[in-house]
Amino acid sequence: MTDRPPRYLSARVRAWGLLLPAFLWTIAFFFAPLAIMGLYSLWQRVGTRLVSEISLQNYEKFFAKSFLFQSLVNSIEVTVMVTVISVLLAYPLAYILAERVPRRWQRLALILAILPFWTSYVVRSYSWLLVLSEGGILSNFLLDMGITEDPVSFANNRGATVVGFVHFFVMLLTLTIYANLVQLSPSYRKAAADLGAGPLRAFLHVTLPLTLPGIMVGAFLTFVLCIGDYITPQILGGSRELLLPQTIMMQIARRSDFPMASALAMILMAVVSLVYLACARWLKIDRV
Amino acid sequence: MIHRALPALRAAPVWIYVILIYGFIFLPVGVLVLFSFQGSRVPVPPFNGPSLQWYEAVFTDERMMDALTNSVIVALASSLVSVVLGFLAAYALARHRLPFARVLQGFLTAPLTVSYLIIAMGLLITFNQLGVPKSLLTVGIGHVVINLPLCFAIVYSQMGAHQANIERAARDLGAREWQVLALVTVPMMWPALFAGFFLSVTFSWDEFIIAFMVSRFEVTLPVEIWSMLRTGLNPKTNAVGSFVFLISVATVLLLDFVVFRRKKT
Repeated sequence: MTDRPPRYLSARVRAWGLLLPAFLWTIAFFFAPLAIMGLYSLWQRVGTRLVSEISLQNYEKFFAKSFLFQSLVNSIEVTVMVTVISVLLAYPLAYILAERVPRRWQRLALILAILPFWTSYVVRSYSWLLVLSEGGILSNFLLDMGITEDPVSFANNRGATVVGFVHFFVMLLTLTIYANLVQLSPSYRKAAADLGAGPLRAFLHVTLPLTLPGIMVGAFLTFVLCIGDYITPQILGGSRELLLPQTIMMQIARRSDFPMASALAMILMAVVSLVYLACARWLKIDRV
Repeated sequence: MIHRALPALRAAPVWIYVILIYGFIFLPVGVLVLFSFQGSRVPVPPFNGPSLQWYEAVFTDERMMDALTNSVIVALASSLVSVVLGFLAAYALARHRLPFARVLQGFLTAPLTVSYLIIAMGLLITFNQLGVPKSLLTVGIGHVVINLPLCFAIVYSQMGAHQANIERAARDLGAREWQVLALVTVPMMWPALFAGFFLSVTFSWDEFIIAFMVSRFEVTLPVEIWSMLRTGLNPKTNAVGSFVFLISVATVLLLDFVVFRRKKT
C-alpha cells in the first residue's frame, strides 16, 4: 500500500503483460478462426473455386435441400432423446449413491461409476460395436438363450447411436446430480416430513426442485457435447441416417465444400447458443 | 421378523437397479479388455484365450508406435503451454485489479462452450487460408486452445486471499516480482498447476476430431485407431484400446493420489 503512482502503473502494465500470451493465443487460434469461418459461410464454392462474394446462398441451400435440413432435425431428435434417457437413468443412480450408500463407500462407488469415462472416445464407440454388431455379445447371448435363430445386428442405426451416447452421458449426469445432492442439507427433508409430507411428496416438492440446477447443468453439457459429436454416430449409426456433424464432415471430406461446411457449423453454433439462452436461468443459479 | 425383512425387500429394487446400471456402464469396457486377450482373429464369442499376441502385434507395429510417440509429445507439450499461459493469466486477473476483469475471464473461457468440431473446422480453414502445413505443431496448437481455458479456470479458482498475503509478505521482504511468482506463488499453487497439467494431458491424449482434421502424415494415436476401424472388428484394436484406457486411468489415479491426498493432510 506504500506504492507510489509510477510503480502502481508499472504493476498494471506488468499484469497486462502476464495476461497477454493467453489473450493473444485465444484471439489468434479461437476467435479469429471463428470469424474467418463465419466469413467463409457467406462465400460459395463454384466448381473447384472459392468465390468470395458475400451472400446467404449456403444458408438458403440448407433450408431448401431436404437432406441437409433433415440432418439437423435428426441431430435434435437424437440429442433430446439422449438427454432425457440419460437424466432418467442417472438421477436414480446419483440418488442411491448419495442417500443409500454408506459415506465411506460413496467415493469408491462414484469412481467406479465413472471409470469408463476415461476410455478414449473412439475406443468407447468401438466397444459398443463389439456388443451390438452381428455376432457380437448381445447377438450371441440371444442365440444362446434360443430367442433368435440367426445372428442379429443391433448396430448401424439410430438406436445404436443413442445407446453409445447414453452410456457416456449417464456417467456425466451422475456426477453433476450427485454433486448437487450431497450439498443438500438433510434438514430440508426433515422439515418437510415434520410438516406432514410423505417420502414421495417430500421428494417431489423439496429434493427434486433443489437438485434442478444439477440436472440442468448436466443436461446442458449433455446437449452441447452430444449435438456436436461426430464420432459416435459415425461409428455406431452407420450411413443410412446422417446427423449434422456427419453432414459437416461430408462437405469437407467428400466435396471439399468449406463454405457450406462453415455455414452448417454456424447453424450448429446457433442451435447451441439458443439452448444456452433457454437454460441460462438455471445455469446461473448454480454459479451463485 | 417380518418388520425386519420388509425394508430389505423394499430395498431390493434399488440394488437390482444399481447392478443393472453398473452392468450397462461396464459392459463395453469389459468386453473390450476381455477380447484384447482373444486367441483367434475375431473379438467375438467364443473367447479362446488368454493370449498376448494382439498386444505383441500392437507393440511391434511401427506406425502405431510412431502415433503413440506423437500422442505423448503433443499431450506433454500442449499441456505445458496450456498450464503456463493459464497460470500467468490467472495470476494477472486474480492479483491485479484490471478493468473489465469479468469480460476478460469470459473471453478466456469461451472456447469451453464451443464444440471441438467447430474449433477444429475454424483452425483447418485458417491454416489452409494462411498456407500453414498440417502437422503435429498444428495439432498441438489446437489442443492448447481447448486446454488453456481449463487450466486457467482451475488455477484461477484456487487463487485465494491468503496466498496474496504471503506474496505481499515476500514483496515486503524485498523479493522481486519474478521471484515472488517463481519462488512463492508457483510452489503454493502447485496442486492446481498439477491438476491442470494432468487433466490437459488426458484430454489431449484422447482428443480425436481436432487431431484428425489438422494433421496429415504424422498422426496421433486416436487418429491411428480411427483408421484401424476400417478393418472392422479386430482384436488388435481391442488391445490398443485397452492400452489407451490403462494409460488414462493411471494418469487420473496419479492425479487423484498426488493432488487430493495432499489436500486432505
